Amino acid sequence: MLHLILFLFFGLLCVAGAINLLAQSHPINSALSLIVVMGSLAAEYLLLGAEFLAAVQVIVYAGAIMVLFVITIMLLNAGAEERTKGSRVAILLGVPGAVIGAVLVVWTLLFRSNTSAVTIGALPGGPQEIARLLFHQFLLPFEITSVLILIAIMGAVVLASRPDAVAKRHHTEAPKAMPELVGAGKEH
Amino acid sequence: MSIATFLIISIIKSIAVIGVLLTAVAYSVWLERKVSAHIQNRWGPTRVGPFGLLQPLADGAKFIFKEDLTQPHVYKPLYIAAPMIAMIFAITSISVVPFGNSIYIPETHVGHLFTIPEIDTPLEITDLNIGLLLILGVTSMGVYGVALAGWASNNKYSLLGGLRASAQMISYEVSLGLSLIPVLIKSGSFSLRTIVESQAHLHWNVWSCPVWYVPLGPIAFFTYLISAYAETNRTPFDLPEAESELVAGYHTEYSAMKFAMFFMAEYANMVTVACLATLLFFGGWLGPVFGPPILAMVLPILWFCLKVFFFMFLYVWVRWTLPRFRYDQLMAFGWKVLLPLAVANIVLTSLYVALTS
Repeated sequence: MLHLILFLFFGLLCVAGAINLLAQSHPINSALSLIVVMGSLAAEYLLLGAEFLAAVQVIVYAGAIMVLFVITIMLLNAGAEERTKGSRVAILLGVPGAVIGAVLVVWTLLFRSNTSAVTIGALPGGPQEIARLLFHQFLLPFEITSVLILIAIMGAVVLASRPDAVAKRHHTEAPKAMPELVGAGKEH
Repeated sequence: MSIATFLIISIIKSIAVIGVLLTAVAYSVWLERKVSAHIQNRWGPTRVGPFGLLQPLADGAKFIFKEDLTQPHVYKPLYIAAPMIAMIFAITSISVVPFGNSIYIPETHVGHLFTIPEIDTPLEITDLNIGLLLILGVTSMGVYGVALAGWASNNKYSLLGGLRASAQMISYEVSLGLSLIPVLIKSGSFSLRTIVESQAHLHWNVWSCPVWYVPLGPIAFFTYLISAYAETNRTPFDLPEAESELVAGYHTEYSAMKFAMFFMAEYANMVTVACLATLLFFGGWLGPVFGPPILAMVLPILWFCLKVFFFMFLYVWVRWTLPRFRYDQLMAFGWKVLLPLAVANIVLTSLYVALTS
């Protein structure tokens, strides 16, 4: 009984955080709502008996990824979003559409799939089992995910580097910044 | 043990532990002032009480009576929430730290009124089987207090100080977590009580003290210690704080009690780091135990407190001995030296354990 109450509470908190994420106009408030969503997801994992996953969700998602989101929003100093005519139309069409989509998904999952209820502890999920699966059965996806993250980091470094540094590495001409020096070189 | 007894005992334990933690935080300020004074060849607080022992009470009274300004230009919700966030996550870690074995009080009858039932509780608030991960998660969440304080102050110096501090903290969190993995490989569990009990068979001479119990233990220990000093923003990594002497820092717009909460959160983080270092590398409450049962219950707590005190003293000693790093040196050290060292340590420890068992 208590289990159901807690599940409903954290589920509602998650959905409320997600709706608040969309409804807030300042990105920092949206980021904080997303932290609430991550935290309540961790509580849901805990209620399912996956305590390692809950802890890792807090450490990785709420504690590192969202910190990077918040740092980026603070550095870019993004202001509150403005409501234009187009965005008002989008709200009028989008919110009912999203509600209809959500109702369709929930109806399909509840009445059309044949999953049974799961009790806590029914599925093995301790760190040993997760490690065994990760490093035996799912080793290739694990390594490929690492390479994917590495590619993303390299792409970010290339995008964020200065243009003349990139040009120097590729031996192309740097942008003409100082014509007087070029002229001085030609006079010799 | 009935549920009412369990509830009452848990409440008593929680109140006692939090009370001791907050007192320890207040007196670690006293420790810092006295030790820094003696390192600098002066006396430190001597007026307020014998050896200045009542100085923290005077400081507390000062913070309570100081004017609590809330500037008009700050973003109020986050401005008020940020010190609370910092404090909440700083105090939460103590809930999984075990102090001793267990307390056993046999059933006692108070006259003919009522009987206190038999009490046999372990000396901790709770023993989660993911206790270590909880502490890591809570220190990850503690970065928000700093970042949001810098943002909500609506002041470019606060913002830059807050961003630098939070970037430093998340950089050193990685090597902090990775440096603890060799201990986990050897002890096989995330529960802090199990980790300490797996060190119980060692005999405390140079060859088999807990730091060596983990293969290449000293490397793991020193990596952990350096990462933890950077995580708690203490010298030699305290550029976010020291810059506040020069410019501002994330707690510039805070006065009185809100500033005191940041202050206490920093010292509570130091206590958490000290507790974790003693539990994982120095055997927690293990030490010579002798005498009647009541002494056998209290002596482990004494050994634990002495070891934590040693680590707090080490914190203060290092702070007033070493000069501080520049910010780019700090970040380069964290990513280019400590992180590869921690990963190499994990690989070597795993190789050693795999080849010798």
